[in-house]
Amino acid sequence: MFLLVVGGGKVGVSVTRTLLGLNHEVALIEQERNRFERLEEEFEHRAVYGDGTELFVLERAGITRPPDIVVAVTGDDEDNIIICQLAREKYGVEKVIARVNDPRNEPHFDLLNISPTVSATNMVLALIEHEVPQHELVHLLELRKENLEIVEVEIKRGSSAEGKRVEELRLPESTRLISVMREGKAEIAVGSTELRAGDQVLAILEPGRETELKKVLLDERARV
Amino acid sequence: MKALIVGCGRVGSALAKRLQKAEWEVVALDESEEALGRLGEDWPGEFHVGHALDIRVLEDAGIAVADALIASTDGDNTNIVVAQVAKLRYEVPHVAARILDPARAQFYSGRGFDVVSPTGTAIEALTDSALGSEKA
Repeated sequence: MFLLVVGGGKVGVSVTRTLLGLNHEVALIEQERNRFERLEEEFEHRAVYGDGTELFVLERAGITRPPDIVVAVTGDDEDNIIICQLAREKYGVEKVIARVNDPRNEPHFDLLNISPTVSATNMVLALIEHEVPQHELVHLLELRKENLEIVEVEIKRGSSAEGKRVEELRLPESTRLISVMREGKAEIAVGSTELRAGDQVLAILEPGRETELKKVLLDERARV
Repeated sequence: MKALIVGCGRVGSALAKRLQKAEWEVVALDESEEALGRLGEDWPGEFHVGHALDIRVLEDAGIAVADALIASTDGDNTNIVVAQVAKLRYEVPHVAARILDPARAQFYSGRGFDVVSPTGTAIEALTDSALGSEKA
């Protein structure tokens, strides 16, 4: 594959190094002179000097071929947005990946349909969510384009779902259980799968259905 | 008419004053407090400090009720993103962006907002001026 990486900071450099190690062809654009010179020592002709939001710089780096993927990982969200728009709309690049530096800018990426995005802050937060037990429902993956997300829920002892088969659950609309992980082994969830306390259940659902899903899987059994 | 001017440098501040003189209600926004100095001590309009891409800042400055938004920060890319956000998210009736780079100015024209490229204008004026000397 041919990939164009814009932004020679830590992320851009590591991505470039890894891709080259996998025998892909990579061009890396960096606009800061000193940093570029260091990159040139390591990556030679693959390092391209200039502002990656300038058309002639992108063209010098080979964007007209076009690359299979453009990776916009500069430290400026507005630059990453523009790079992706130019790549896709002007040069017909089919896949773009953008870094979001400030999570508050995420709505702008969404508005302009730039996806997928990667945000270090959000990833750290997601990991914290994973580690902190009071988060009963952990977001694992967001499929923005498809408007779906995958979450993980642990079935608690005494919850209404414990002991029920999947087909008996009154799952919210646009929600399916994918798999059940029990004692380190995962199985695809089918209608007859019985849920037990401690099971880790993966579910796919429309964003916004989390509360309904939590209600079905986590609410305490009504005491009689 | 209500105008929100994003980026209150030399261009933005002069524009703010002109619109204000034309009896528009003008809100100026800049990331630096010092930009208020360019508007003068007797600036009667609103002035907000904050980053141009920050939704909360834009909303506080009244983007949702503005009749016009002019993106005139010193960053082309910031202006392009702000203009698109104003047009697509807030449906501001009139949006204009200052884009210095003629290539990007060309690419982003015809998307529902006015693109003003001072560099492009300078190139044309200087070309006309130079070619004009040929005839003389």
